[in-house]
Amino acid sequence: MSDNDIGERVKKIVVEHLGVEEGKVTDSASFIDDLGADSLDTVELVMAFEEEFGCEIPDDAAEKIVTVKDAVNFIQEHAA
Amino acid sequence: MSENLSLMQGKRGLVMGVANDRSIAWGIAKQVHAQGGSLGFTYQGDALLKRVRPLAEQVEAEILESCDVGDDDSIQAVFDKVKEVWGGLDFVVHAIAYADRNELKDKYVHTSREGFLRSMDISCYSFTAVAQKALPLMRPGGSLLTLSYFGAERVMPHYNVMGVAKAALEASVRYLAADLGDDGVRVNAISAGPIRTLAASGIGDFRYILKWNELNSPLRRNVTIDQVGSSAVYLLSDLGSAVTGEVHHVDSGYHTVGMMAVDAAPQLADLLESLKREPSP
Repeated sequence: MSDNDIGERVKKIVVEHLGVEEGKVTDSASFIDDLGADSLDTVELVMAFEEEFGCEIPDDAAEKIVTVKDAVNFIQEHAA
Repeated sequence: MSENLSLMQGKRGLVMGVANDRSIAWGIAKQVHAQGGSLGFTYQGDALLKRVRPLAEQVEAEILESCDVGDDDSIQAVFDKVKEVWGGLDFVVHAIAYADRNELKDKYVHTSREGFLRSMDISCYSFTAVAQKALPLMRPGGSLLTLSYFGAERVMPHYNVMGVAKAALEASVRYLAADLGDDGVRVNAISAGPIRTLAASGIGDFRYILKWNELNSPLRRNVTIDQVGSSAVYLLSDLGSAVTGEVHHVDSGYHTVGMMAVDAAPQLADLLESLKREPSP
């Protein structure tokens, strides 16, 4: 999977789940601070990433996924 | 379900514990709605209201009330509302449990007193409290249903205090069934196979648990919330009118299996290998 590919798929999930404009979902956007996610949204996003990319994101790692870029980086390293 | 879509016609009930559209309780609500039943929902807090409201609208729910099952007054207020809107009640689905995330990571032997009591209160006693407050409103033929998991009967990795609380919940199903039988009210539990829900996100190694169940259950697949929902319709409707005090397994038969299937072994080996490649946090 190319980096762009993962980035696009992650952004698509974020747009759909949080119902935000595509333009706001930049690499550095924070789910909670910039995109209006609540704590349950972050858990739901992690679940959606796990499903889309067939990987498990452990709690400790999930806590560190704060921005779109964090998610892309984790998935790049761990996706099946 | 193609022919008879009216198994729940004329029945009205409360579904407690929908978190989002992956929730088992939502799978049950959808099937009840498809069979003509009327629904009400309870939720805890605004974060959940935001998620439950659109779902409640989707199935034309007639009641949407906040409820903290750790608080008797809050439970009473919900049933006061039910009395006001419906006058009576045919079923309640209780799909609520709680354990501190930390208690699901460490060993069971390290469970704190506080964590233990909180889990027992929310995951077990709340069903009894709900039965207590619902009973005066229940019509003959009524049905109470709660959700359990095989971790109540056998040790499951990371399930810890939840397993103990679910064991107590299953025992309380039997005692409640005995007590409520006089009123013609049935009490049952569904022990569902593992499903990727918001609640399950707190359980470590969940992908492994799902795969193990898929490979080793007699049906060689995991269960969906819709499949739990259709089994729930049997227990909530008059189809199940002679069934009470039962813990019904909806788990692709996993609970009957005593040993790993030979043909599952190679695939599990692959899975274990891939888990090893993921760095431990």
